[in-house]
Amino acid sequence: MRTLLRRLGFYLLAGFAAVTLNFFLARLLPGSALQNALAKLRGANLDPDAIRALEAQYGTGSDHSLLSQYLTYLSGLLHGDLGLSTSQSAPVSSILGSTLPWTLGLVGTATALAFVVGTLAGIVVGWKRNGLLDGLLPAVTFFQSVPYFILAFLVMMTLGYFGGFFPYQNGYDIGRHAHLTPGWNGPFVTSVIEHGTLPALTVVLASLAGWMIGMRNMMITTMDEDYVLVAAAKGLPQWRVAAVAARNAILPTISNFALSISLVVTGSLVTEIVFTYPGVGWQIYQAILTGDYPLLQGILLVVVLTVLAVNLVADLAYVALDPRARKEA
Amino acid sequence: MRVLRSPKVLAGSVLLLLLLLLAVVGPLIAPHSADWQADRTSGLPLAPSGRFWLGTDQQQHDLFSRLLTGGRDTLLISFLAGLFACVLSVVVGVTAGFVGGLVDDLLSALANIFLALPGLLILMVIMKPLPPSETSDPLLIGSVIALTAWAWGARVLRAQTLALRAADYVESARVIGERTWRIILFEVVPNLLPILASAFIFTVIYGIGTYTALAWLGVISPASVTWGTVLNEAQASGAAVNGYWWWYLPPALAVALVGIALALVNFGIDEVINPRLTSARTGRARGVVFRLGLTPVLKSAAPQAAPPNPAPLKEAQP
Repeated sequence: MRTLLRRLGFYLLAGFAAVTLNFFLARLLPGSALQNALAKLRGANLDPDAIRALEAQYGTGSDHSLLSQYLTYLSGLLHGDLGLSTSQSAPVSSILGSTLPWTLGLVGTATALAFVVGTLAGIVVGWKRNGLLDGLLPAVTFFQSVPYFILAFLVMMTLGYFGGFFPYQNGYDIGRHAHLTPGWNGPFVTSVIEHGTLPALTVVLASLAGWMIGMRNMMITTMDEDYVLVAAAKGLPQWRVAAVAARNAILPTISNFALSISLVVTGSLVTEIVFTYPGVGWQIYQAILTGDYPLLQGILLVVVLTVLAVNLVADLAYVALDPRARKEA
Repeated sequence: MRVLRSPKVLAGSVLLLLLLLLAVVGPLIAPHSADWQADRTSGLPLAPSGRFWLGTDQQQHDLFSRLLTGGRDTLLISFLAGLFACVLSVVVGVTAGFVGGLVDDLLSALANIFLALPGLLILMVIMKPLPPSETSDPLLIGSVIALTAWAWGARVLRAQTLALRAADYVESARVIGERTWRIILFEVVPNLLPILASAFIFTVIYGIGTYTALAWLGVISPASVTWGTVLNEAQASGAAVNGYWWWYLPPALAVALVGIALALVNFGIDEVINPRLTSARTGRARGVVFRLGLTPVLKSAAPQAAPPNPAPLKEAQP
């Protein structure tokens, strides 16, 4: 219980720090940059209300104290208010609301697939040392050592542009001859799956090696334990012995999951940009192009908080599954 | 040095040296300067031909020359990022492992937070508003990237320091009254070197990926031509969608090659640190399990005690 509370406290603190830093980040910027952005907006077609909202958000031209601005910002956050996107004149939260499902679908599917396949492959490779699959290790490491978006380019070139196996643009077919109505209907869902294949494949290829090698090494270490020897000595079938080892070897993999999730998420976001995928990653690119700072910051905050939450869940799962983890602290 | 006898290290090193050589000599042997423009009126990129080996981009720059010139700053920035991050990793990791207690708890918590943060996104938000004069400074970019990259190395170095601290020869040095800083400098740090090398390479891989991604997205607008900036122009003109593969594929492949070369070297170093995990010999697990990638040692997210009876690295035995 104490361990749980400590972890919970740690993540709450980290989350609070992220929220606070996000507030001050905008105010630490060279003032001119922000002023320029706002000046540009005044020239743009933003209504006065929106400009006032932005000024309030960044504390320019307002006579409120920093503390009251901070409190306003916090209460806004609690109400789901992430500020106003300057390029789309819409609340950041509503932009995220329409793009997050795409990203979650992509990252969720790809990560789950990579985790399951990688861990299973790792168990097999760790158990049957120097088998055929061991020869695969350098190959999967190759995918790991290439940055996500570069791998995305290569996948798009080979399987998309030249191979023509899958579409490599947008989240679904928006061509002139496609008559798709977004929703739960056959043609649309099929199109979404087709369009999601290459981005998802990129994320799987890039993140598979981590799970596989990690699981393999833990497996090899665990195979030396006495209880595995006992299981073998009892005359259990081979696969049962492997299962005994795997059950214990899988525990550290869970905390590694927490460690690498931020890399996988970031990688998926840039992968989206390569494939013009209509998720949060594409919004990041748009925000950079248009200098839409509130949108960029809102996305960053949501991603950081999400990653922290995933970390917390993985941590709690680890504590629940591993009695040794409960003893420390 | 057993490291040099590994075929993987050899292959990786040769490839890496070739790429480094190309980065240094490239600008000198390029047929044109990076900013040279072919005298054509058409605004369309030219496909590769005898005249332009890798074709031209929309502004009629010779892409072969840009590829040769772009490696220099790309590699310089990635290696600087790796170097700075490693210095931070050593300071944090060794301090946490050696001092222990509250200092260790705080530093480990800090490292865990940094590991959980999406570094690339944070760099985007920090660097986007910077003026071009600042984002074209390799030293500045390298050090800012390093700020998001030290935690992983600090973590593995801390674990190794904990193992070394319990080693007999460190114990002996302590017993005969050796000063702490001398123990750290002469007993601990030399035995961290293989792991440090591995952490450095890992960080350089992260560095080149991160820098190129930032340049590709147009977050930093360096005055110089790098592989990332070529990719940025290609992205902005929809080169991929329009099928101008010669525009974005060569710089993308160059970055991939650097990553692969580095990973090969790291694979070989791993084999030396951990012969048990990589060769056919079986036996009891010895010492700290370490490998390339994101799976350091037995890990829970909280700091843990040193493994029981850790064996020092082979070279370290007196």
